[in-house]
Amino acid sequence: MAETALTNTGQGAGRLPGWPGIAADWASDQRAFKNVSWGKAMMWIFLLSDTFIFSCFLLSYMTARMSTTVPWPNPSEVFALNIAGQHIPLILIAIMTFVLISSSGTMAMAVNFGYRRDRVRTAALMVVTAAFGATFVGMQAFEWTKLIMEGVRPWGNPWGAPQFGASFFMITGFHGTHVTIGVIFLIAIARKVLRGDFDVERRGFFTSRKGYYEIVEIMGLYWHFVDLVWVFIFAFFYLW
Amino acid sequence: MTNAAVHMEGQLHAPAHGAVATGAVHAKGQQHPIKLYLVVWGWLFVLSTCSYLVDYFGLHGYLRWSLILLFMILKAGLIVAVFMHMAWERLALAYAILLPPIAVMVFVAIMVLESEYTHFLRVLFFATPS
Repeated sequence: MAETALTNTGQGAGRLPGWPGIAADWASDQRAFKNVSWGKAMMWIFLLSDTFIFSCFLLSYMTARMSTTVPWPNPSEVFALNIAGQHIPLILIAIMTFVLISSSGTMAMAVNFGYRRDRVRTAALMVVTAAFGATFVGMQAFEWTKLIMEGVRPWGNPWGAPQFGASFFMITGFHGTHVTIGVIFLIAIARKVLRGDFDVERRGFFTSRKGYYEIVEIMGLYWHFVDLVWVFIFAFFYLW
Repeated sequence: MTNAAVHMEGQLHAPAHGAVATGAVHAKGQQHPIKLYLVVWGWLFVLSTCSYLVDYFGLHGYLRWSLILLFMILKAGLIVAVFMHMAWERLALAYAILLPPIAVMVFVAIMVLESEYTHFLRVLFFATPS
């Protein structure tokens, strides 16, 4: 197939290291991401664009927080919970972080089993990942409900700077949307894996293209990115 | 089909990644031992716990900010390098993806100056400083 001609460049042994290698890859007679499949390169480029969107959100939040003369609410206290009579600061967010990290772990293993063509384990690990993701979104729904009950709105809150609410709903809402889409994506691919679509090279319903096990890695990239963004939100919004 | 490319990739990556050189030469795609993922997973747990403890013990000032940023960068690095396999990708791809976000730092610097100026004006004309 055409893809073979594009990717099999016959230079496996003579791969140049460092900058000469980059220059060679990007040179006009070459494909820039040689031996990197288009699916993977496109997912990376999409994630780069998503990085810019999240950067803009976090930047606007930084600007709002730095320029306001009204005290910023203390996130440690805002997200504290009373568990068994104990007042524990930021505990909900900590648990959400561990849930999302665990989902990244199971996803990484799913990719591994995918390339080994272990259909059942791959699908099972992807479903576990989706379950962690759904748990995360559920906890976020709880967090939103609690804050809305306490009077947090996009235009104000009981503890200080009104921009807190706008930043909170915008940033966590956009991230939660990503997680939700990821859960749907995971279940869709897990179903294809389990059905053996990638073994029989069954054509997709929507694109009518053949699917390969690499899609598990590509969707893994998306999932790990969601976890990656949370690392930054955790640091800048909840800990800062 | 892609398998040809993927197969080649496996061979290309094997020497760079000594631990799997024997096992993964004939494997397809990004194949690394499960143990590696488990180790990274464990580290992410440890680092997240450390981040949380920074808040739990109520550290303040430069110590707090530097620890938060340190744990954040280590976590992000582990996820991108190992879970997203960037450590084993072609340099052309790695630089194309990793360099642009660094340019965002310029934007950050601009907005820091801008918000400090806005804050200054607000203090001067509208409010008492917080």
